[in-house]
Amino acid sequence: MKALKKFYLAVMLLFMYAPILILIAFSFNASKSRANWTGFTLRWYWEMFLDPSILKALYNTLTIAILSSCAATLLGTAAALGIDAMRGAGKKVVMIVTNIPVVNPDIVTGVSLMILYIFIFKFFPSMKLGYATLLLSHIAFNTSYVILSVLPRLRRMDPNLYEAALDLGASPMRGFFKVILPEIMPGVITGAMLAFTMSLDDFVVSFFTTGSGVNNLSILVYSMARRGVNPKINALSTLMFIVVMVLLYLINRSDSGKKKVLS
Amino acid sequence: MPVKSVQSARRKMVLPYLIWAMVFIVIPIVLVIYYSFRAEQNGQTVFSWMNYRRAFEPIYIRVMGRSVRVALISTFICLLTGYPVAYIMASKEYVSKSFLLFLFLVPMWMNFLLRTYSWLTILENNGLINSLLAFWGIRKINLLYNNGAVTLGMVYNFLPFMILPIYTVLKKMDQSFIEAAQDLGADSKITFLRLILPLSFPGVISGVTMVFMPAVTTFIISDLLGGAQYMLIGNLIEHQFLRVNDWYFGSAVSVILMALILISVAIFSLADKDSEGGALF
Repeated sequence: MKALKKFYLAVMLLFMYAPILILIAFSFNASKSRANWTGFTLRWYWEMFLDPSILKALYNTLTIAILSSCAATLLGTAAALGIDAMRGAGKKVVMIVTNIPVVNPDIVTGVSLMILYIFIFKFFPSMKLGYATLLLSHIAFNTSYVILSVLPRLRRMDPNLYEAALDLGASPMRGFFKVILPEIMPGVITGAMLAFTMSLDDFVVSFFTTGSGVNNLSILVYSMARRGVNPKINALSTLMFIVVMVLLYLINRSDSGKKKVLS
Repeated sequence: MPVKSVQSARRKMVLPYLIWAMVFIVIPIVLVIYYSFRAEQNGQTVFSWMNYRRAFEPIYIRVMGRSVRVALISTFICLLTGYPVAYIMASKEYVSKSFLLFLFLVPMWMNFLLRTYSWLTILENNGLINSLLAFWGIRKINLLYNNGAVTLGMVYNFLPFMILPIYTVLKKMDQSFIEAAQDLGADSKITFLRLILPLSFPGVISGVTMVFMPAVTTFIISDLLGGAQYMLIGNLIEHQFLRVNDWYFGSAVSVILMALILISVAIFSLADKDSEGGALF
């Protein structure tokens, strides 16, 4: 029975990893096509750094992920502090609105933002879809995730702590940085990381809100999919995957100390 | 500073977000609903029900039916294959639980499109499976561009969403219940059916929601693995907005999709009413 369980887990893991292993394997394939294997090469790992369209897409993906997660964290944390102090119907309405980007299908978020931008551009004909709209859209869906990660922390916090700090003569600013912020920090960090990964991995909303010439990695992959994805993309993804693995490993190790989960 | 004014000072912090949410959440939705009731007539845009009437023509009903059917089948397969994974991982014989769970979540850090695209390499006519079949002298089979391929893509992409909530519920379950059941003479089958399965229900509901929602709205999986002719609701919306440029009809389909999602959320949360469960997302 135990062997059977192990076998089942192994089969399911094989199912989860087969496409990824193939992707990594083909980043070392000498041939450009994915139909056959013609030999080992590291050529794509070198060439991807010389491909302007890949570099541009990588730049857009990373800068938008960083900028949008920072903006969403600031906006969302402030909003969570405010929402937590609200009561009654007003709070309910704000919470429903906050949940819309989370529950709404990506594709509807995408087309609704596209309609918004085109509608605004009617009054400002010189503007068009591109990097700015992409960034705004990412902030738009990221902020909700930050709010939803920070709010539970605030709810669990003892409100008397902050008031005590003020009673003892701390300025509201000082009270915030010394009392509230340390308490909610885990929620803020979770929210920021969630926002960062959501932005990094987003395709659908980006696809509808970007203009011609401004790609992120997902859009680049999509535009290649019909003709065949370039092995340089495989190489880049393999590299990014390894970076993420190493980061996760380091975080995990510093987190759990002696608990050797990765051995 | 009195408590009242502290509270009101904090409430003001929500103001920038309120303006932001108005512009980037509320107005876009209002615009979609507004556009869904517009139509061109004699060169003028007027109020009209036409888009909704059109959305319920048989050809589009078929598209919606297919979306719901494929999403339901994928959700069911995820439940059937994911529950045992969560169950085995949560059972106490495994010490490295968190590492196993980690292994199932790691693939999500690889770009979603690339992972889906990678299935092409496995399933296509000159792909891995057919090469193996040819090697053994078996006739090639058509694996791509059908319901099966799309279902596979959905199961593959959304399976972790099913495993995670079920695992969380199973792991939190009080082991003394199970011991009590066994002390009272229940065999493992009865313990599972009468105790573990009902207690893990909130996790199942949350997993079903988290798989069904992205499955019913996706357009990439169907686009890559279903081929250009394969249409789900998501593909229909994308076509209307980016290819045929009929934003009014596209908006109507978007509103219908939103309604479909709202109804499913209501049904799923109704099923989960008695138990507090996990958050939907």
